[in-house]
Amino acid sequence: MKAVITVIGKDNKGIIAKVSSECFSWGGNISDISQSVMKEYFAMIMLVDIAGLTIPFTEFVEKMEALGRENGLEIVTMHEDIFNSMHKI
Amino acid sequence: MPMFNMNDILETINMLKEENLDIRTITMGISLFDCVSDDENVLAERIYDKITRKAEQLVRTGETIEKEYGIPIVNKRVSVTPISLVGGGASPAGYVKIAKAMDRAADTLGINFIGGFGALVQKGMTTGARALIEAIPQALSETERVCSSVNVASTKAGINMDAIKQVGGVIKRLAYLTKDKDSIGCAKFVVFANVPEDNPFMAGAFHGMGEPECVINVGVSGPGVVAAAVRRAGDCDLSKLAEVIKKTAFKITRMGQLVATEASKRLGVPFGIVDLSLAPTPQVGDSVAHILEAMGLETTGCFGTTACLAMLNDAVKKGGVMASGHVGGLSGAFIPVSEDAGMIDAVRCGSLPLEKLEAMTAVCSVGLDMIAVPGDTPEAVLCGIIADEISIGVANTKTTAVRVIPAYGKKAGDEINFGGLLGHAPVMNINMRSPETFISRGGRIPAPIHSLKN
Repeated sequence: MKAVITVIGKDNKGIIAKVSSECFSWGGNISDISQSVMKEYFAMIMLVDIAGLTIPFTEFVEKMEALGRENGLEIVTMHEDIFNSMHKI
Repeated sequence: MPMFNMNDILETINMLKEENLDIRTITMGISLFDCVSDDENVLAERIYDKITRKAEQLVRTGETIEKEYGIPIVNKRVSVTPISLVGGGASPAGYVKIAKAMDRAADTLGINFIGGFGALVQKGMTTGARALIEAIPQALSETERVCSSVNVASTKAGINMDAIKQVGGVIKRLAYLTKDKDSIGCAKFVVFANVPEDNPFMAGAFHGMGEPECVINVGVSGPGVVAAAVRRAGDCDLSKLAEVIKKTAFKITRMGQLVATEASKRLGVPFGIVDLSLAPTPQVGDSVAHILEAMGLETTGCFGTTACLAMLNDAVKKGGVMASGHVGGLSGAFIPVSEDAGMIDAVRCGSLPLEKLEAMTAVCSVGLDMIAVPGDTPEAVLCGIIADEISIGVANTKTTAVRVIPAYGKKAGDEINFGGLLGHAPVMNINMRSPETFISRGGRIPAPIHSLKN
């Protein structure tokens, strides 16, 4: 089972480190990462294996959301199935 | 990112965060046939027990799915077997007791509406149906969450004008009994032609006779997403625009299908249908009228509106059908007045009279929905509004419905305000000339012929 973490924000100083260490601390295993910058905004998308999470997935979603709030970023964590179903026939 | 395209992911997130994409409702249909009893109190108790037992996990499961997938699920609701079919010989007072048991069950479950306090009388009325209809004003004014519908016509049976006469009186009485809250009781009562038996949307939801013991139906939403896609398409011709709408509807519906499958699996209840409706809310950016305006109308209601809506409705269905295993319910664009910011503005500025609205209902889902009319509208005029709308459904083999609010003590130009999803509406100026002699004839309008189509 995988989740997609999307990080959207203005400043990306140290963000990869922060998000990946938060992820790691709850047992999430990053399997892919991609980043793009448009003007001053950047978007980072991580594919995370959530099979080994030490907390329920819904709690993990909240933890990531909170990390975003603390750093002035928007962090959205969603189950990969939503993207599979919407964008693949 | 090998598995996903970054733009696809950002598109989905943008739909959810900026364009108000949501699942409007997960509705659990529950059969009440095994609750029957000749004792009204036992019947009411069994109904309460069965609903609260079957739907115990509904709200919690909905909330978990919401969190895991990041998709807002606005409502979790329950629909039940039309109560007149399980009430049998109950008295009107007995039916009120049942309504109260349903209301209590909804409260226990933490859901905002429960549907199914209704009857199917397209061809005639049983004793139970008559008693239930008589009980509707009291039942809906003394409960908060119970919704009611009566099917008065079908293409196969024709139109039961006696029933229309009776529901006209029910609506007036309901308006009076809930006069302190802008006649809100009428917002919980719908009159149908060709009613679907698996509709997850209120106020018309009920659990039909051919349905299983328990089922999960899901209603999607997404007017904001379609409006944004139409705006992005820019200056293109209508073939291209239809394609844009279809693709958007496909994506919205796929999300609905995912939620429906997931909810069905987790609750251990079979999946019924996804309802493809574009359901607006009074919120900015969630309006069907604004899609029509994005398609090129100055204001909804101007000439061209019916064509525009017909195309929108068709494209939504075409896109949605492929995205879901089973499609049902009302499936089409909803055009309620009070629940749609663009519709409210169109009525207010005089662009959208009731007659144009009626024409629009001939090419889209449902019908005259959440229409506020003056409180002194005579019963016969209300019956005339209903009969007109119902005949559009019967003649065109489609579902139509009327949810009209003769707002007690209000006149044309006043406003009523229900708050929340039910929204607010200007009281419309309507033609008050009388169809009384026609309506008072009673009887049935025969079923229409289905050859010699002209």
